[in-house]
Amino acid sequence: MSEQPAHPNPSHALRTRDVRVAFDGTVVVAGVDLDLRTGEWLGLIGPNGSGKSTFLRSLVRLVPRTGTVELGDGSQPGPTDISLMPQSPELPPGMSVVEYVLLGRTAHLGWLSLESREDRRIATDVLRRLGLGDFARREVRSLSGGEAQRIVIARALVQQSPVLLLDEPTSALDVGHQVEVLELVDELRRHEGLTVVAAMHDLGLAARYADRLLLLEHGSPAALGAPDEVLTADLLSRVYGHPVRIHHVDGHLVVLPAPRTPTSGHRKVGDGHQKALSRSATEEVS
Amino acid sequence: MSTRAQAPTDALEEVADRAFRLSVPALLGCTALLLLAIVASATQGAAGLPVEGVVRALVGGVPGIDLDQTLSSAQQAVLWQIRLPRTILAALVGASLAMAGAGYQGVFRNPLADPYLLGVSAGAGLGAVLALGFGLDLSWGPIAALPMAAFVGAVLAVTGSVLVARGSFRDPATLLLAGVAMAALFSATQTYALTRLDETRSREVLSWLFGRLATSGWGPVTLLLPYVLLAGAVLWLHARHLDVLRLGDDEARALGLSPARSRLVVVAAATLITAAAVSVSGLIAFVGLVTPHLVRLLVGHSYRLIVPLSAVLGAAFLATVDIGARTLVAPAELPVGVITAFVGAPFFCVVLWRRKVGM
Repeated sequence: MSEQPAHPNPSHALRTRDVRVAFDGTVVVAGVDLDLRTGEWLGLIGPNGSGKSTFLRSLVRLVPRTGTVELGDGSQPGPTDISLMPQSPELPPGMSVVEYVLLGRTAHLGWLSLESREDRRIATDVLRRLGLGDFARREVRSLSGGEAQRIVIARALVQQSPVLLLDEPTSALDVGHQVEVLELVDELRRHEGLTVVAAMHDLGLAARYADRLLLLEHGSPAALGAPDEVLTADLLSRVYGHPVRIHHVDGHLVVLPAPRTPTSGHRKVGDGHQKALSRSATEEVS
Repeated sequence: MSTRAQAPTDALEEVADRAFRLSVPALLGCTALLLLAIVASATQGAAGLPVEGVVRALVGGVPGIDLDQTLSSAQQAVLWQIRLPRTILAALVGASLAMAGAGYQGVFRNPLADPYLLGVSAGAGLGAVLALGFGLDLSWGPIAALPMAAFVGAVLAVTGSVLVARGSFRDPATLLLAGVAMAALFSATQTYALTRLDETRSREVLSWLFGRLATSGWGPVTLLLPYVLLAGAVLWLHARHLDVLRLGDDEARALGLSPARSRLVVVAAATLITAAAVSVSGLIAFVGLVTPHLVRLLVGHSYRLIVPLSAVLGAAFLATVDIGARTLVAPAELPVGVITAFVGAPFFCVVLWRRKVGM
């Protein structure tokens, strides 16, 4: 066929059809259909217990699921195709950063389980690219929260899988490190053409980095679309069960909780409040 | 300096290159200890042998090396037929228990696990009681009734634990509890059987239970060696799996490892090697628990270093301890398990004490 592919590597795309997860009869994920382009960033949002983590974990078969998950070329994804950055990664005592990162090569090793020169080169490349060269010898337990997230990202990159799943990558970090980690993922996505699915609690950050947002409610998609389509006060107020206001600050969306009034579950946001709140929000976000 | 800008780059490559690799000094140091222990064990005993003569005999025993021998033929006989078989057996048993201990500690992600955790000891003990006291004869080919019964008992007890846990290698905690239950069951049966024995026989059984390396000739060594080589190779090949398991089951699976399968293989290999060691030496306590800890103190927490170095250090440790077993109350002999426990238990206490303080 002479036709050129629409994007550099179609196998980096991800398609899910009717993905369902149930634990002991309780439905946790109730049919998620997704079509992700190569290099796309999908933000997964929703209240606690809406199935964000479970959906991510089901994609790498950490929980039993039904439905279809396939790459752009129709193949079944394995550990060399999808990597998962867990919510609270375990950092074993006495393990050095370079050892931790090398464990990311597990799926690439032969039956002797020995890292080749190439495996070690890939690890050093990634460490250097993430500015972790000086950390190589450090114990993973001795790292700060932000540094630890970086080595977990490094391990995921060493896995060389084109689809990267992030489960609350920044929930344990302060605002500076949150942005730092997300910028890093964003840069990698641009340079490597990684496809990213990130479950996030911070709706403002989700809106800032994601191309599209998927809002989950009780395991079902409540909305899927561009951030400004999904992040509407009505929808969020209903799904999160608390009135919220949406603000625009320097071109970024900011979602703030509104005071709950006796009459309004789904109240529209007044304009006067918005201006005053925007100013304080600006200071926080930038 | 012109090389200065290059330095960090080289350093990173070097650090990456050394990750998970046995360092030459550690390997040489441990091997030297083992050789020292073997020579010491070969020269000490009821009939002392001259060190130089023993070294000459040992080096001369390597094919292709020709050395003048200074030992008399009687001394040669003592060395090759009595001293050396026992020394090598001690080393092999020590290596087996230490490797198995490292494997179990990796599987259960618990540094306090030891090779007897899933009922090997109780099972082997029951087998030994039945063979020594009740004439149970499972002898097979060159394998005598006692080692065979101990081996079968050990494997049965572990198999029982695994079956009770419904093969739940995904959930090591269940397996552990099943091991406790199975060990209690086998121990109770063993104790009951002991009470039915007369004094002479029960004393014989008890001395076996405390571990003994009394041997004549190379029989037990040839019995154990295949297990050490085979199961040792399997454990070594799976040492990296144990490193990955340290990240937790979920992450291990996301990285492409099957934790259940890796655990199954390691438990099987560690059980076989332990059962084989127990069948020729009885129950020798604490070697499997203590040795991996010593290695951790020396080279860190990677099982790829812990497994092979535990083998070398475990061998050196038991060969050394066995000197004490033979000489401390000469001409009588102490059960070697008593000495390993005397050395091991205080060490265990120190480890526990330091854990408590560290937390």
